[in-house]
Amino acid sequence: MKKLFARIYLGLILLLLYAPLIFIAVSSFTESKVLGNWTGFSTKLYSNLFSGTMQGAAGSLMNAVYNTLFIALIAALAATLLGTLAAIGIFYSHGRSKNVTMFLNNIPMVNPDVITGVSLFLLFVFLGISQGYVSVILAHITFCTPYVVLNVLPKLHQMSSNTYEAALDLGATPGQALWKVMIPQLLPGMITGFILSFTMSLDDFAVTFFTRGTVGLETLSTYIYTDARKGGLTPELRPLMTIIFIVVFALLVFINIRQERAAKKKALSK
Amino acid sequence: MSESNIIISLDHVSKWFGEKRVLDDVSLNIKKGEFVTILGPSGCGKTTTLRIIAGFETPDEGNIFIGGELMNKVQPHKRPVNTVFQRYALFPHLNVFDNIAFGLKLNGVPKDEIEKRVLRVLKMVGMTDYEWRNVDSLSGGQQQRVAIARAIVNRPAVLLLDEPLSALDHKMRKDMQIELKQMHKKLGITFVYVTHDQEEALTLSDTVVVMNEGVVQQIGTPTDIYNEPVNCFVADFIGESNIFNGTMIADRLVSFMGHEFECVDEGFGENVPVDVVVRPEDIYIMPRTDKGQFDGTVSSCIFKGVHYEMIVNTPDGHELMIQDYNAFEVGMEVSMIIKPNDIQVMKKERVCNTLEGEMIDSTHVEILDTSFECLPQEGLNSGDKVLVEVDFDKIDLTDDKRDGACEGDITFILYKADHYHLTVRTESGENVYVDTQDVWEDRDIVGVNIRPEDMRIRLAEAKA
Repeated sequence: MKKLFARIYLGLILLLLYAPLIFIAVSSFTESKVLGNWTGFSTKLYSNLFSGTMQGAAGSLMNAVYNTLFIALIAALAATLLGTLAAIGIFYSHGRSKNVTMFLNNIPMVNPDVITGVSLFLLFVFLGISQGYVSVILAHITFCTPYVVLNVLPKLHQMSSNTYEAALDLGATPGQALWKVMIPQLLPGMITGFILSFTMSLDDFAVTFFTRGTVGLETLSTYIYTDARKGGLTPELRPLMTIIFIVVFALLVFINIRQERAAKKKALSK
Repeated sequence: MSESNIIISLDHVSKWFGEKRVLDDVSLNIKKGEFVTILGPSGCGKTTTLRIIAGFETPDEGNIFIGGELMNKVQPHKRPVNTVFQRYALFPHLNVFDNIAFGLKLNGVPKDEIEKRVLRVLKMVGMTDYEWRNVDSLSGGQQQRVAIARAIVNRPAVLLLDEPLSALDHKMRKDMQIELKQMHKKLGITFVYVTHDQEEALTLSDTVVVMNEGVVQQIGTPTDIYNEPVNCFVADFIGESNIFNGTMIADRLVSFMGHEFECVDEGFGENVPVDVVVRPEDIYIMPRTDKGQFDGTVSSCIFKGVHYEMIVNTPDGHELMIQDYNAFEVGMEVSMIIKPNDIQVMKKERVCNTLEGEMIDSTHVEILDTSFECLPQEGLNSGDKVLVEVDFDKIDLTDDKRDGACEGDITFILYKADHYHLTVRTESGENVYVDTQDVWEDRDIVGVNIRPEDMRIRLAEAKA
């Protein structure tokens, strides 16, 4: 009886959490302009979306999608590179400097997005960096890097302490030791860091909003914001959100399966 | 360095880690094809010495030569040495074959030769047919074999081994010792082996280097080190030993435990204080007779497999460890004989504590970074650099460090048959040596006190 109650409770919470997403997904399969009206099953919104002719209040929707993906990809790649190098640096430093760097690494993660956005905006203006792609990508790299650091550091701790020295000892230059021995062992952490960065860049609004400048650069989040302010959401956003949700969900499942496999493998080898 | 058969040479090498001097003027020559073991307790600098040879550390002072060439600034990957690490340090993302082939691939060895050489070393370490296995799936002993194979496949001039067997169980360690010895013979290359296990060092090596606190204590063959230790540390660290305070009365005559013994040592001078070492198996024990050199009573007798280990007390309060094939019951009256050949006489490193200090005023002196009260000193002014001598048995240790004028920790305990000789490292980094009847534990933190009347103060000679 107690178990049944617990199950119902859990089910209710999950339903509450997922209801809006399910609602959007269902209504993406009808043509009605007004959200919530069901005017029969149709995939017209999907075909509209992919025909590329969609024009909303903020310009082309597909353009915004491409911008978002492009920014997320570049930012995640750069953050992975930077974060990995930073993690190696932190791991091999000692004492006070190590603690201070770790502390500084953690601050951006708890800092409110609005503050990060505004302060980066001011910094870019001060440095005279052009507002647009460059500033948005730089900003995204900034808030993604700490997450990569946090995902790579545990892999460094797992590595045998002499691994790097063993590579040098066998005739590898420091560069070769990094590339052939360190990176392969850090790769799982780097991939997780990359995926996290990618999804965080994808759904960022506040930082993008403050750093995109006035050249009319739209990402998905700013597009939706502009669109919503100018009289109701474009119906084609419904299929788009459904697709994004499914992609992000798939990525998360992928990460989880990988981690579970790694844990199993580790348990087996012990 | 003109001798061409010397492959590694450390020339007055010192190394600091922060404030701590981990290597203190280490000089060492290693001959081509030798099996050299660097032996010492943990923290004695043996691993640092190995890391300086491998190139992971650079000497702060002095030079390191390999094959006659100065190597101080040469990076590890350019040195003709390979290392077997304590924790194996295999690459988990590569299988056994690729781990072993790692160095050969980097050196551009042709593919078919790599395969031949890898298979050959796998056979040598007894791991044939394991080449496609994941290294994580291997046992500790198997991983160590792969680590050895990975190093020797590169045909280094010198193989460095950093406590390679310490993670293995006892039986496995014995087997691997024999295999390593055979491998050394077969390969003909120089092995430099680091261990804290004295038995391992005696079993394996051509030459043993005993280290303590960053200083080389003795270099010699295993028999030299065992039979003729140069100081109490070596005698105590290698094997079991009875160590006595003694006096060299004349050539070939030494007195200890209140008796005079014939010995074979000469050249110490007359009536000179010395340390005397007698191994427990070198004391002949028999039921009480007037033919013995001295008498005693058995206070404990333990069966050790091959022999019995007995503790015998003499009437004057000395305690001896004796090993014999025959058991003597506890409480039994016995007599003992020590033959001249079995007595090892060693020069004393010091006969009292000599501390550098400075006068604060006429009744206070600063030694060990602490102000101590002293008897009024005439003819010494404040600020004068002085030397303060204190006898070993005149230093008091206190349980609570706050009761002492300064604080120290016990770094070495030597049992000298009727008392303990302690080495206490004070906060100032200086050692004081203490004779005591009390039982202290290694690493105990203690307070150090010196009474004013026990200090002998004299002006230090001005440094040139």
